[in-house]
Amino acid sequence: MEEKPRPTWQIILRSGILGGGIAAYLCLVGLVEAFSERFLIGSFLTLGEVMLVTGILIAGLLTARELKDNKILATGSSLLSGVVSSLPLILLIFITMLFVLRPEILGATYNLRDMFVNLSPELVEILTLGQGLDNLALGILLLILLSALMSLLGAAFVLLPRRWSLGLISGIAWVLVIGIFSDTVSQIVRQVAGQGMIRVIFVNEALTPQAAVIIFAIAFVTGFFSVHTRIQTRWEGIPQTQQSRTRMILLLAAFGFLLVLPWVVGLFLSQALFTVGLFVMMCLGLNIVVGYAGLLDLGYVAFFAFGAYTMGILTTTGSLGRGGLNFWMAIPFCILVGVVWGLILGFPVLRLRGDYLAIVTLGFGEIIRILALSDWLAPFEGGAQGVLHIPYPNFLGIIFDSPQYMYYVVIAGGLIAAFVTIRLRESRLGRQWMAMREDEDVAEAMGINLVQTKLLAFAIGASFGALAGGVWAARLGNIFPHSFNLLISINALAVIIIGGMGSIPGVIIGALVLVGMPELLREFTEYRYLMYGILLIIMMLVRPEGLLPEATRRRELHTGEDENFEPVSQQPVGSDR
Amino acid sequence: MAPILRSENVTKRFGGLIAVSNFDVEVEEHSISAVIGPNGAGKTTFFNCITGFYVPEEGEIYFGGRTIQGLSPDLITKSGIARTYQNIRLFANMTAIENILVGQHPRLKSSWISSIFKTRGQQEEEALALEEANRLLRYVGLTGLGDQLAHNLPYGAQRRLEIARALASQPVLLLLDEPTAGMNPQESAEMMVFIRTLRDDLGITILLIEHDMRVVMGISEQISVMDFGEKIAEGNPKEIQGNPRVIEAYLGRGAAAGLELETRSNGN
Repeated sequence: MEEKPRPTWQIILRSGILGGGIAAYLCLVGLVEAFSERFLIGSFLTLGEVMLVTGILIAGLLTARELKDNKILATGSSLLSGVVSSLPLILLIFITMLFVLRPEILGATYNLRDMFVNLSPELVEILTLGQGLDNLALGILLLILLSALMSLLGAAFVLLPRRWSLGLISGIAWVLVIGIFSDTVSQIVRQVAGQGMIRVIFVNEALTPQAAVIIFAIAFVTGFFSVHTRIQTRWEGIPQTQQSRTRMILLLAAFGFLLVLPWVVGLFLSQALFTVGLFVMMCLGLNIVVGYAGLLDLGYVAFFAFGAYTMGILTTTGSLGRGGLNFWMAIPFCILVGVVWGLILGFPVLRLRGDYLAIVTLGFGEIIRILALSDWLAPFEGGAQGVLHIPYPNFLGIIFDSPQYMYYVVIAGGLIAAFVTIRLRESRLGRQWMAMREDEDVAEAMGINLVQTKLLAFAIGASFGALAGGVWAARLGNIFPHSFNLLISINALAVIIIGGMGSIPGVIIGALVLVGMPELLREFTEYRYLMYGILLIIMMLVRPEGLLPEATRRRELHTGEDENFEPVSQQPVGSDR
Repeated sequence: MAPILRSENVTKRFGGLIAVSNFDVEVEEHSISAVIGPNGAGKTTFFNCITGFYVPEEGEIYFGGRTIQGLSPDLITKSGIARTYQNIRLFANMTAIENILVGQHPRLKSSWISSIFKTRGQQEEEALALEEANRLLRYVGLTGLGDQLAHNLPYGAQRRLEIARALASQPVLLLLDEPTAGMNPQESAEMMVFIRTLRDDLGITILLIEHDMRVVMGISEQISVMDFGEKIAEGNPKEIQGNPRVIEAYLGRGAAAGLELETRSNGN
């Protein structure tokens, strides 16, 4: 608890510098400039501008949040902190001027742009709102004005009455999201409503102004009347039987939606969905090993590789082919190979715990990748050339040569994996795993056979990974050793952590966010990993339990906030029996 | 009556340290017995030898006529020994009910394949297990707390939950490692009453560890006193109370002399 409230000027300065710092950072890494041509709405608003003002918005928001008891003071302060937040940007302008554009003024002998590539004339143009160095004073004035206004907007999120601010936030958020994902949205619109509709909504890649206004209005209204809480209250009012029936119908509808999805979203998005589904399948397996049994496995990609190579070798029409099976006949072998290798890896690491286990499994994953690459095994599985000519699955004469078909394979696999996971979680084996995760020694003292329990976790987890690998190989047609790198293991682990350890909806959400989003945000190319990293850090700070955690895990990390706990009433002991 | 648990010359060393040395003990069936001794005397190490967590270097441990030393902990539990821990070791992030269900593990039969297909047998077994878990929860006085995470329960409730979890395996012999550690005198007294009820209700044998001598005097029928890994005395509470070696072990030589005088004068 703080003893004294911080003085107002300190709040203004702190939030201002923080917000301005964020904005300046985004300028320096080049995000602002890179997207200065990427229009979100008509030719008014670019993504670069949004990036620039985000930090300033945060400055106003932070200031207003600390001073929200006094609205007038908060408004004034946020204006001031907006001005403060423009200072780092003004500094950037001057630095660029003195050390890049006009070195003669100070006689600078080096060009700072050699180090900071993004200190460009274009950046100055953007920061001075198009005035450039010729009208520097006016440009800076405009920047300060803009900062003050944006800071005020940030403050409005906090200071406006709740309904207004909810409406405002949801309006802005929806416009931005649709603007940023315009590519994705326009593909869906094309499939559903045809080319004509696209011209109404989008101009080039940006929203048309009228579409932006309509989206804003709709989102504002839903936010303003907080429609979803209303639906929720209404929902809770419905009698239980009707609720379960409605839920059933909704579930069926969702399933039907899943089935038609690839035809709604088109080829490119189907491929993205396929990748997401693949990761869901794989991460459900890893979730058993890491989330349930608590065995930190960093070499999970190995099982993915085993599945892919099994599929490749058994079905390829190339020279490496052995068995000449078709996809459906090879799938059981993929699973079997996964199980066997899960057991083979499991045995040596039975005695290892925590960090040690992580290191050994990490090594295992690398060994498999390097073995696959080696000349020694090349006559068998192709070495660096990989396995080529893996045929597409063929189902009753339909050749699954597009992601739209393979999507169904992945959905089926994912559903089976989810089903098995749910059933096991509720069972005796699930409890064994969780007990082992909590305390291995005590679990053993409860009569649990650790060897058997661990091996089952490894084997079942590995079988999902291998299944995913097999499906992946059949989709790609060619597989190469370098595809099975550490990054896949890490990605899979990150999906589980972001989604919420041990939770199945969490795995799905995690895969959508970490695997699906990057597919859709291709235009961010080199900035994707920056965002990925920032997202991970923010998540770990704000929501360490993940997006959709298992119920118990949520309680575990937020126990202090749970005030409903009732103390135990003393009951007579031994009253039963 | 034959002893249900018997140890002969059990010795456990850690490097140069002899934690348990030539320890003999006989526990009669349906009795409440205690191993007492000052902190660090080797009591918990001895428990760990019985439950298979440690393998003693020398000696034999017989349970129900068969030797059990060298078996793995899970097999020993399956043969009918359950235990609790001095510093409570519940599955902290599982609910109370789940803790007890894990405790029932050795008695359940259904395989993981049957739980994927939810066979009739598996469902019936799970339903019975849940019923039994709830009954045990009531039995130890924690009705209605089944859905609480174990680590959110108050201290006393955690102790009871640990006992319930141990009982869930339907043991023949229950080992309690300092069941009253951290309790105030009144709670300790209640716990002692509870332990006796347990024995009388279930007809099991109880072996407990305590270092607070007064606590066990009331309920133990047989007491072994341990100091520096060795057995220094054995007998019923009366015999132990008057034993000068025991008093010495607890209070030191000088105090022992004084206390002895005091007891004698009280006795007269």
